[in-house]
Amino acid sequence: MTWEILGIWLGALLTLCLYSFLYRDNPFYKFAEHLFVGMSAGYWVIYTIFNVLIPNWWNRLFGLEGESSDLLMIIPGFFALCMLARIVPKVAGYSRLALAMIVGCGAGLQMVSYLQTNALAQVEGTILPLTEPGAGVGGFLNALILVVGVVCGLIYFFFSKPHKGALGASANVGITILMVAFGASFGYTVMARISLLIGQAQFLLFRWLPTIGLFRDSAL
Amino acid sequence: MAPDNDSKAGKGSLWKALDAIDRRWIFLLMALAVFLPLALKLSFPIPVGEGPSKNLFDYIDSLPEGSVVLMSFDYDPSTMPELQPMTVALLQHLFTKGIAVVGMGLWPQGVSLGQQALSDVADSLGAEQYVDWVNLGYKTGGGILIVRMGSSVGAAFPADRDGVPIAEVPLMQGIGRLADFDLILSLSAGDPGIPAWVMMAGDRFGVPIGGGCTAVSAPQFYPYLGSGQMVGLLGGLKGAADYETLVRQGVEDAAPGTATPGMAAQSIAHLVIMGFIVIGNIAFIAGRRARGGGVPG
Repeated sequence: MTWEILGIWLGALLTLCLYSFLYRDNPFYKFAEHLFVGMSAGYWVIYTIFNVLIPNWWNRLFGLEGESSDLLMIIPGFFALCMLARIVPKVAGYSRLALAMIVGCGAGLQMVSYLQTNALAQVEGTILPLTEPGAGVGGFLNALILVVGVVCGLIYFFFSKPHKGALGASANVGITILMVAFGASFGYTVMARISLLIGQAQFLLFRWLPTIGLFRDSAL
Repeated sequence: MAPDNDSKAGKGSLWKALDAIDRRWIFLLMALAVFLPLALKLSFPIPVGEGPSKNLFDYIDSLPEGSVVLMSFDYDPSTMPELQPMTVALLQHLFTKGIAVVGMGLWPQGVSLGQQALSDVADSLGAEQYVDWVNLGYKTGGGILIVRMGSSVGAAFPADRDGVPIAEVPLMQGIGRLADFDLILSLSAGDPGIPAWVMMAGDRFGVPIGGGCTAVSAPQFYPYLGSGQMVGLLGGLKGAADYETLVRQGVEDAAPGTATPGMAAQSIAHLVIMGFIVIGNIAFIAGRRARGGGVPG
């Protein structure tokens, strides 16, 4: 038995163990679930140490693996220790220093970019001419729905006046547009979940079953 | 009147039974809806009209030979069924067009999946490592890493995934910063992914952004298409199947990829779900009426 076949069998048996939950909770499911949680935690600890901590910090601090020694690396090391201070209640407050650094850098870096990308550029994309040369009736309707949808959607979230009369009618159009958006989002979510099931079904049918002589001609 | 009452009671009990159906029957039907079409190799046509998938294909098709594309593998094995076929189809298109690919990942496990796709497709099309493609590997940081790459790719990635210094990679000789790439493609399963690339690379450094994403996240990226912040997008398994179809147009005896065979199962599963939704709503409304309640407004 090769390592590849062993891997396929492990994957298939664990997949079946996990899907057995659909019938009812059982020890096979519990075993696979706990194995997954334990393996994930172990994998991430080792991955982070060897692929993040050692090449980005340890090697640079001590000048290993072709890097020149950089004593400035003591600073991120200090902040990392501060983060770990949460484990010890007496010094847990020091972790705020590291969190403040992360929040400050993150906010400073993202605030303007986020506003530009997700607000200003979107507003610009909404301001469209209703009639463009060559756009035709379809283009006109598309632009109209976009503008009406955005305006009515915003009116729905305007709470300073009661939603009555024209304001109420516009808010109703707004909530209808929102429902269409939620429906599209739900449809895409269903498609994603089914896609994952299809992926595992393809694995079981065309990778696992051929190892026991079934669907051999269809192996992926 | 007795027969009418019986009939009404019969109808009521049918909907009541449907309302209280054991959900394991639904799971079984869903499993059949997915497994049977795959096992029977059912195939539905995949018409690819104008849309985000075609736009991405056309954009890549318009790039001249010798262009360099940065491809970021921002996913992991949990989303492989949707994103790996996209990666493979995109690489096939890029290498066929003579476009070089620089791979990297904002997700650690994506780099290994990307490497697998890069080496498989490159081997099948005769593309050479370090000349036609290179995999820079994973680096933590997300958006901060992208900003760093904006000023110097070499500073962010001094060496590639295998430890070869970037300065010694022929493909990287003309690449100093993000703006030197002709296109950035992100295969994105979440954060960091497409939003970080659009925000930090597209809008900040003016590099065209395209990519693919899981179906769950596709609706949140559609506004980027409308505003021109992305040149195209592959959404979920359908997007992957679209691209596989486009890449294989005019290629005789082309292998179908893994997304295209899955679309028949996808379509049938969707029909089953739609049926469940209709039946569930009818059973719910009939149940309310039977209990003397009205139809909810």
